[in-house]
Amino acid sequence: MIELSPYLKKLISLPGLSGFEAPVHDLIRETWFPIVDELVTSPLGSLHGLKRGTGSEPRPRLLLAAHMDAIGLMVTTIANGFLRITEVGGVDPRILPGQPVIVHGKKDLPGVIIQPPSTLLPPGHGEKPVEMRYLFVDTGLTEKEVGEFVHPGDQVSFAQVPVDLSGDCMAGHTMDDRVAVAALTLCLQDLQHVQHAWDVWGVATVQEEETFGGAWTSAFSIQPQIAVAIDVTFAKGPGLSNHRGYPLGKGLTLDMGPNIHPALFKRFKEVAEKLDIPFHVEPNPTHTGTDTFAMQVTAEGIPSMVIGIPLRYMHTPVETVCLKDISRTGHLLTEFIATLEPDFISKITWDD
Amino acid sequence: MTIIKETQTNKPAIGRSQIALLEKLSNASGVSGDEGEVRAIILEEIKSHVDETKIDALGNLLVLRKARMDNPLRVMLAAHMDEVGLMIVAGDDGGIFEFERVGSVDIRQLVGKQVLVGKNHIPGVIGARPIHLLEEEDMKKTIPIDNLRIDLGLNSSDKAKPGDRVVFGTRFSQVGPSLFGKALDNRMGVTTLIELVKHAPANIEMLAVFTVQEEIGGRGARVSAYGYNPDLAIVLDTTPANDLPTWDDTENAHYNTVLGKGPAIYIADKGTIYDRRLINFFAEIGISNKIPYQIRQPGGGGTDAGQIHRQRSGIPSVAISVPHRNTHSAISIARLADWKNTLGLVYNGLLKLEPALLKHTDSQY
Repeated sequence: MIELSPYLKKLISLPGLSGFEAPVHDLIRETWFPIVDELVTSPLGSLHGLKRGTGSEPRPRLLLAAHMDAIGLMVTTIANGFLRITEVGGVDPRILPGQPVIVHGKKDLPGVIIQPPSTLLPPGHGEKPVEMRYLFVDTGLTEKEVGEFVHPGDQVSFAQVPVDLSGDCMAGHTMDDRVAVAALTLCLQDLQHVQHAWDVWGVATVQEEETFGGAWTSAFSIQPQIAVAIDVTFAKGPGLSNHRGYPLGKGLTLDMGPNIHPALFKRFKEVAEKLDIPFHVEPNPTHTGTDTFAMQVTAEGIPSMVIGIPLRYMHTPVETVCLKDISRTGHLLTEFIATLEPDFISKITWDD
Repeated sequence: MTIIKETQTNKPAIGRSQIALLEKLSNASGVSGDEGEVRAIILEEIKSHVDETKIDALGNLLVLRKARMDNPLRVMLAAHMDEVGLMIVAGDDGGIFEFERVGSVDIRQLVGKQVLVGKNHIPGVIGARPIHLLEEEDMKKTIPIDNLRIDLGLNSSDKAKPGDRVVFGTRFSQVGPSLFGKALDNRMGVTTLIELVKHAPANIEMLAVFTVQEEIGGRGARVSAYGYNPDLAIVLDTTPANDLPTWDDTENAHYNTVLGKGPAIYIADKGTIYDRRLINFFAEIGISNKIPYQIRQPGGGGTDAGQIHRQRSGIPSVAISVPHRNTHSAISIARLADWKNTLGLVYNGLLKLEPALLKHTDSQY
């Protein structure tokens, strides 16, 4: 039985920068092994777990995608034992000064991001934010030790320890998108006890933060009739008070817009309403910035959907979520799967 | 031949238990004006070693260790207990709080950090608008403090109140030759002074003061120096090490101090021209005891000496500091060896201090 809070802490504490997902992949593989019927790792490193349905063959396939890769940093050069860095995924340099990190050199080294004083920066720099290229990682080691263990291209992960906040909330780095991996895992666990006609492929994708590399390729190899991405969405809070944010702890979001097949949106909405699972409709005028962006246009096109888990301070090391929203997401996925009749896909029509 | 075991009990040292004490002090909350948690830890540590203790009107902890000789120098040793931090100034009904700074905290060090609020150390975070919703130009501007909030999570309006102090949520760690933690400024100085109190030399009257409010102007030092009226003062603090490469890899002429090069002796800062006799004395102690030391580059900044040396008729003062990188931030970095050498330099100096040192002669100038 998977307990959400400790499992999520374990998940976000493992490294797995885009393109280097192996450490977190291995934990997810271990978790899924007893609850799925088949496990495959794709050529790019995405994890595919199959939970077979009870419908007659050939069974339709549902793909549930949660990306396991993390944003972070990478060493560009080493100067007198200090590491200069660049970003992996989107990182606002203003969140970096004073952050604890782990440098994945020949061995994992703890470090701290140092903001040089203005006297060491270009003339007239003053108290402006310091660009990423002028920041350093300090490992606390001597120049000689750093030379031995660290090289350009080494990954640097955020290292803040997750913290429980009031009201069933948790803050930490890499909640984007390990909360979705957790929701998907809860769903796969629940499916042990739920009758479902469709084959369900749970997929922990790679490289979402950079190229959607996992989503393109996993959707191609599984060729599902439906693809659903589970990802985080902006929660209202400090720094974000307008329509782009959804309330934290008040349910998940159901996306709609060009990335979403209207019939899937409708079915998810019906299921959520029937079961009193709180949700908000999230209109996305162009693309959703999730794995669905790639999956929808894989092969000859796949009907797609996005479920959002509200999160404050996205892409900072204090991403804040409400655990209730994660379990609600897992629950909604399970219930949606249970409603899928074998001929559901043939009933999807464009009613113009 | 008889092997005589050297007894270690009377010599101060930094070992596992002193590092553990530093860890406890570094993790404790003690923002200027609210130093009680730190003071309680110190009192517990020293209570069985002292002749007299007193907590004065501002909260300074004054500790006397009497000399065991006649006509001793009355030496004030000051280490500030307080750290820079934040104060909650307003809240709303959602558990999201406005705050102000206490001491010189760089706003740029606040974003994306965990914090601990109030005496119960309630965890919170300071977040920022997601990068996805920013323009390139936005990232070139510092987020003003008015736009930052402390978020304690949902339904947490009653978990904090205006006036609560806030510190970074960092936990101390030892990494290779280095120490990582918040408030190393000045819990390293505090731990050094605790060790000196426990091993006070017989030749001086030790007037140890764990001061309050250094980070907002040395206000604790001012009144405690008046109260003790010492012959001289030694300030135990920390000082920034800006020993990084420069942006264009030219020579760094503004390093202030360098990690690993030993305790830093102050010559001059914004608040004090330090006493030349004491500077030379400690430099000689370093040379004769083969303890590395460095001169902190003269410049801005300040220590408790700024208030102490101008108290009453004047108190000759010196400051000896442990260098540390990333000062006044969530995590500072110091070298264990520098800290050990700081204790060694100060202790060896105390053993040699004599009244003659403070006699004015022309040759000294």
